This record gives sequence, C-alpha cells and structure tokens, in this order.
Amino acid sequence: MSVLDPIVELVRGLWVTLKSIGEKPVTFQYPEEKREVRQRYRGRHVLKRYDNGLEKCIGCSLCAAACPSDAIFVEASENTNEKRFSPGERYASTYEINMLRCIFCGYCEDACPTEAIVLGDNYELSFTDRRSAIYTKEMLLESVPSQAFLTPQKVEPGEYNRSVPEMKDPSD
Amino acid sequence: MISDWTLWLEWFIKSLILIFALLGGFAYLTWYERRALARIQTRIGPNRAGPFGLLQPIADAVKLVFKEELTPAKAFKFVFFLAPILTVVPSIIIAAVIPWGRSINLFGREITLYLADINVGILYFMSIAAISVYGIVLAGWSSNSKYAMLGGLRATAQMISYELSLGIALVPVILLANSMRMIDIVEAQSSAWFVLIQPVGALIFWIATLAEVNRAPFDMPEAEQELTAGFHSEYSGMKFALFFMAEYQKMIIVCAIMAIFFFGGYLGPGVDQFPILGPFYMFVKIFLLLFAMIWVRATWPRIRYDRLMEFGWKILVPLSLVIVFITATGILLAEEFSNNLFLWMIPVVSVIVGLIPVVMVYRSLRRISYERA
Repeated sequence: MSVLDPIVELVRGLWVTLKSIGEKPVTFQYPEEKREVRQRYRGRHVLKRYDNGLEKCIGCSLCAAACPSDAIFVEASENTNEKRFSPGERYASTYEINMLRCIFCGYCEDACPTEAIVLGDNYELSFTDRRSAIYTKEMLLESVPSQAFLTPQKVEPGEYNRSVPEMKDPSD
Repeated sequence: MISDWTLWLEWFIKSLILIFALLGGFAYLTWYERRALARIQTRIGPNRAGPFGLLQPIADAVKLVFKEELTPAKAFKFVFFLAPILTVVPSIIIAAVIPWGRSINLFGREITLYLADINVGILYFMSIAAISVYGIVLAGWSSNSKYAMLGGLRATAQMISYELSLGIALVPVILLANSMRMIDIVEAQSSAWFVLIQPVGALIFWIATLAEVNRAPFDMPEAEQELTAGFHSEYSGMKFALFFMAEYQKMIIVCAIMAIFFFGGYLGPGVDQFPILGPFYMFVKIFLLLFAMIWVRATWPRIRYDRLMEFGWKILVPLSLVIVFITATGILLAEEFSNNLFLWMIPVVSVIVGLIPVVMVYRSLRRISYERA
C-alpha cells in the first residue's frame, strides 16, 4: 500500500476496461452463425433407426415411466412380419413428447433399453400455441439411412425375434 | 431594437439547426454509448437495424412513441405532465450560449457560429443547468411512488452538493480568461488550454458534471438496483423518452462546456485560416469527452450515498476553494512581476495541493481497515 493507491487503483480500473476494447467480441451473430453444441448436449429428442431402416423404439414406455415431468406418452402396438416397424414383438404406434413439460433431464435416454431415444443437438424449439408444443412420432423420428427402407417393412419370419440388441458401453 | 428581418431569419435558422443537431446528437449518442459500452464488455452492441446498427435510434424512437403512456392513479396529473417538459427544455436552451466557432462568411453575410453572445455566459449555463433539477424533483414527487420520491430527493441533495464545487471550479477559468463570455474564454486559451494551467480545476469540474447529469458513478437518482429506475419509475412512452432525451442532451452540453472551458473549445490547428473547422474541432472534443463519460460508466461502480455526500462536501468544495486561491495568487504574482513563470506555478502547486485529499482518503481507508482487523 502506498499513499497514491486511491488514485492508482482507479486508473488501473480504467486501464483494464480500455484494454478490453481491443479484444475480440464473444458475441455469436445467432441466426446466421450458430454455436457448435457439445457432444453430450441435451437438445430436442430424436428417435433413432437401425441401419436397415427399422425403428429402434419398441414401445416399452420405460421412458414415459422415467420422465419426472410426465412429458412422454407412448402407445404400443404389435409388429407382424408383413408390417414390421421395429425388431421384437411391439413398436410405438404413438409417441408424443410435450415440449412445454420436458425439462431436458435426459432420464428417458438413460431408461431406454434399445438406445432409441436420444437427446439431439437441436435447441431451436419454438411454438406459438400449446397444440404445436406436442412433438409427434413423425417429427421426432430421424430420416431413413440411405439404401434402407421406410417402416413398415415386409420381412422374413424369424429374422427379428430379439427386441433388445447387443450393446456396448458408451464411449464419450 | 432589432428591425433587420434577415437577422431574425438568421437566428431562426441557427436555432433550428442547433435544435435538430441536439436531437440527432441525442439519438446517436444512445447508439454511440451502447456500441462503446458493448466493445468495452467484449460484445458487439446494436448492429441489426441498418449498417452498423445506425438505424437503431430510429427504431427506438418509434417504439417509444407508440408505447402506452401510463399515469399513476394517485399522481398529481398536472405536475406529472409538466415535469418532463421542465427537464428537457433547459437541456436544449443551454446550447444557446455555446460558441461553435468564429464567424464565417456565407452569402456575403457575416454569420456568427453561436446563437447568443451574452457577457455572462457562465452564469447562464450555471443557472439553466440548475433549473433542470426541478423537473427531476417534481417528477419524483408527483409520481406518488416511493422509488420515484427517493430518486427525486437524492437528485436534489446531489445537485445542491455538487453544484457548489461545479461553480467554484469555474472561478479559476473566469480569473484566467478575465471574462465570463464564452468566446473570450475560448480565445484566452489560444496559447495554452486551461486544462494545462488548472488541471485540478478541470478534474473537479469533470467530477461535478458527472454528478450534475446523473451519470455513473454518481447515478444515485436512478440507481436501478435500489430504486428500480428512480425518479422516472412511473414514466413510460414519450414522457419517459423526454427524460431520456434530457439526460443525453445534458451529457452533450456539459461535454461541450467542458471543451470550451478547459480544452480550448473550437480552437485547433488551421482554425485561423478556415473558421469552418471550428465546429469540427468542437465535435471531435465533445466526442472524446463523451467517450470518457462512457468509459467511466463502464469502469467504476456506483459510489455509496453517504460517501457521495462526504466526497462532495468534505473534499471537492474545500479543494475547489483552495484552487481558486492558488489561481488568483498565481495570476496576481504574474501581473505584479510581469513574469509568466508564475502562471505556470499554478498547475504545479494545484497538483501538490490536490494530492492532500488523496492522502486523506488513503489514511481514512487505512483507518477503516485497521478497525475491521
């Protein structure tokens, strides 16, 4: 501490703010320039498919049970070999997430036995009425990979008896 | 009695130009402040409306005009309506005495670059600046709201405290220029700006004007964290815009006054050959001083209210009185011995004397920290 400190400290403060004028602004010009999200970012949900186009979701409703805010509604129906949506016995005929209720906790992702529901990187969720806040299965389902078929598919009997695939631990 | 109708026309046109320049200056000062503040905070600031966000003030104005105007049910309606007018009118008419340059020749006519050349320009500035506080106080009182009331009270107390040191800090300028006319003051600085002769006086004036226009770190009347918006809490729409306008116009005016009193006004290289450069130099000086205001706002936190009062009464007023004494003595000695060296003793002695309050502040701060320990 020196006698001149009351003035020196004030001037040092001024110098700090003056220096910051030369720094690069941290602003993202949002609609034009979008920020990369992190790998584990929890954005809008995506319903995944297998490489052959079949849906991963088997309509078990474990996500709906795990959801703390009761945002997910699942209704399951039976698969047949003529009209097969997913491996195993059942598929989700209705899958709705109410985005006004969802808190993006990711418990549905953890609960899913087939890794069908994943919180994606889309954070641009906006709606102007309550009705359009409910995201249906068509909106959530990801598009079909190339060289694959839309669901429902017609398959050979006995090919897709197992509903839960072999999985490894997540790496990231 | 003025019978020359062309003179009336000249006055009319000059007033129009001045008022529109001030209104435009107000609009773009808000833009300038937002951009500069943003840069200091490593942001970009408004850049959407038009190139570099230059149309932002227009968008803001349109928004404010079309906003709903509320009058509190228990407000004193007439005073509530009168207060914004009382605030904004003085902030415009102060500009009448500001000289923007020497006279220029236009259409074979000698046109002076100021509206009024009154021989007590400083007194005019002081009195009109003091009037504008009425608007703030009345706004605070007539709103019938506790926040507005406290804001108005703070504004009065602050204005009374800092008006004193503001006025006294101007006495050295009057002494040095030997006149109260604005033009004489500017011309007296042709050899040396008064900020060089009386730096401490300039500093006191600068601090007091910050308090006078309610700018950070002296923005107690509108301290957001404590008083929501202070005296204009209950105002909205165009009435609020008038308060806003008054504040920013006063900023421009006090920066112009500061430039005239301490930074040589319209003087600058080449102004003798081309008098039209005068307004340009004024603009540059006002621009830089405004940046200093924004810079201070971006840097220093708001001063506590009791410390504001202590600083005003215990430091600024005594110090400015001592500064007057030193300046008067220096001028007297310089005239007595016809030696200009004594004139240059003024800044040296002033700075040394100006360090005394710094030592006092340091000692009192140390005392406080000892008590805490």
